[in-house]
Amino acid sequence: MNRVKNKIAPYLLVLPGAVWLLIFFAVPMVAMLSLSLQEGDIVHGYRFTGHWQTYTEAISNYDTQIIRSLIYGAIATLVLIVLAFPVAYWIAFYGGRRKPTYLFLVLLPFFVSFVLRTISWRQILTDEGPLLSPLRDMGLIGQSFHILGTPTAVILGLVYNFLPFMVLPIYVALERIDPRVVEAARDLYANPATTFRKVIFPLALPGVFAGVLMTFVPASSDYVNSEVLGSSDTTMIGQVIQAQFLENSDYPTASALSFVLMLVLLIGVFTYARILGTEDVMKVAAR
Amino acid sequence: MSTPQHSAVRSRSASGDTPAIEFVGVNKNYLSHGETVPAVKRTDLAIGQGEFFSLLGPSGCGKTTTMRMIAGFEEPTAGQVLLDGKDVTGVAANKRDVNMVFQSYALFPHLNTYQNVAFGLERKKVAKNEIGRRVGEILEIVSLTGMEKRAPREMSGGQQQRVALARALVNRPRALLLDEPLGALDLKLRQQMQIELKRIQREVGITFVYVTHDQGEALTMSDRIAVMNAGVIEQLGSPREIYERPATRFVAGFIGTSNLVDGHVERVEGGLALISYTTQDRVVVPVGPSVRTGDKLEVSIRPEKIDLHRGVPPVTATGGSVLSGTVTEVVYHGTSTNYTVSTAAGADFTVFDQNASNADDLADRGDRVYLTWAPQHSYMIGV
Repeated sequence: MNRVKNKIAPYLLVLPGAVWLLIFFAVPMVAMLSLSLQEGDIVHGYRFTGHWQTYTEAISNYDTQIIRSLIYGAIATLVLIVLAFPVAYWIAFYGGRRKPTYLFLVLLPFFVSFVLRTISWRQILTDEGPLLSPLRDMGLIGQSFHILGTPTAVILGLVYNFLPFMVLPIYVALERIDPRVVEAARDLYANPATTFRKVIFPLALPGVFAGVLMTFVPASSDYVNSEVLGSSDTTMIGQVIQAQFLENSDYPTASALSFVLMLVLLIGVFTYARILGTEDVMKVAAR
Repeated sequence: MSTPQHSAVRSRSASGDTPAIEFVGVNKNYLSHGETVPAVKRTDLAIGQGEFFSLLGPSGCGKTTTMRMIAGFEEPTAGQVLLDGKDVTGVAANKRDVNMVFQSYALFPHLNTYQNVAFGLERKKVAKNEIGRRVGEILEIVSLTGMEKRAPREMSGGQQQRVALARALVNRPRALLLDEPLGALDLKLRQQMQIELKRIQREVGITFVYVTHDQGEALTMSDRIAVMNAGVIEQLGSPREIYERPATRFVAGFIGTSNLVDGHVERVEGGLALISYTTQDRVVVPVGPSVRTGDKLEVSIRPEKIDLHRGVPPVTATGGSVLSGTVTEVVYHGTSTNYTVSTAAGADFTVFDQNASNADDLADRGDRVYLTWAPQHSYMIGV
């Protein structure tokens, strides 16, 4: 009797989550897949016809936005690694007893709504804002220098909004490094730079890997930063999908684009995992 | 023939004269909550070439700090650290020609055995084929040949221990520092590794500095031991000296089991002081010329030096110490029996009695017994 209970207990524990995923993930996915293969309009309704040409049309119409989104996402991710690593490193190795405080500070902006924060960046980056007008008054930048509406502003917004998602996983990886392993490297004639290159960075790689996953995917499909900080020249694929759904009511195209984006990101992530050798990375992480 | 220049060269290369490691007036304080806490107090120390030297003491005694100052992970607050006669105070750890075997090994988890062992040689820019040769050689010494491709997590504790040892030894350092290296191993493996470490040390001829809190380990392996307590070296000497003639009460208690009694000197005669408790209970102890009648002495006696008699002791024993008492505890240990005896001197004595042929000679709890031992087995401490 007991043994039977022990056998089904794990499945019972998984059940609520599985039901949740089924209702809110699997069902919508199937619905969207079906929607992407339907034809019609909002007035007369949509009918399933298996019209796969929606995909080819969507790709040829919006390839610019798809590629742009991937490029913005990639640049933002690279900038994030460069910015987040020193922050995580400092907290992990020099944070002392105040580590929780510093981590809290990294997360603090998240207590304010995502959209609100992005809008306040708009105030900061505008031509008459507190950043550009003093610089222009001092003659450091010309009259025609703008940030708002440029790719720089969009990427800056992405970097700002996803910073904690890069800091936290790298921090966790660094925090788990045995300080004696670092000392062992010093003891074996490695100077601080070599110690970082040969020991600390390789051991932090699982964190970087997780951070890239947690930032590249949402940054590439983001639609708020470009909307608030960008212009028509910086339109990202997320914005297109949103507009097709909510403004044009072209559900098949919106659904098809969502699937294309998902597929592209999945292919990207798997290639990335393959190149980096996830298995090795995960093995170290599993220690 | 021997010009001054020659003799200068010779004396420098005569490595036997220069200690491998030297501490000159070394002090180390830590700052904790704004207060200065001394970890190592004014220490002078010289460790010879090729010596197996142990730093022994309880946790927090300063032994690890002392070792870390040799490695270069800590800098002394005052004083100098010398390696091979050269002042290395302030020199970074990666520029010191000593290597360390860390507690729990601290192997590089992302590198395999070969890469772990080759790490130091690669940093020193040793040629690739030379690295291959030396790694192979050292892996043979620590019996790990064939394990080159294994990752640390795929190996047992004992094997990881050997990798840690090989990783340090392959660099042929001036001295090898070992920080409680056997602490994580089970008893059987630990004893096996003790013998192996000794063998390896003889084979490579490198100075070993061994930090441990295990007195048995220190006694069996070391050429010399420094017993540390509260940041001070209480005694420095050979295992035999430290065991037979503990310099302080702390050393007597920390190394093995000691019986401690104190009392006032009744008279001094021929280098022997007599302390009487009753007309028949007395302790005789060899003393120096400075001890006078009336001085208070503390005397240490090892439990295995004491003879236990169930009746009045034989006349042959009367030249030395005699204490009468009552047996309060008997513990049978196979090769010996341990007695606890409440004595007339006021202290409880522990006595180890070998279980030789006369096994029926056992005393029982509550028995009235006499303890005797020769004068040379009384040892005056804390002078």
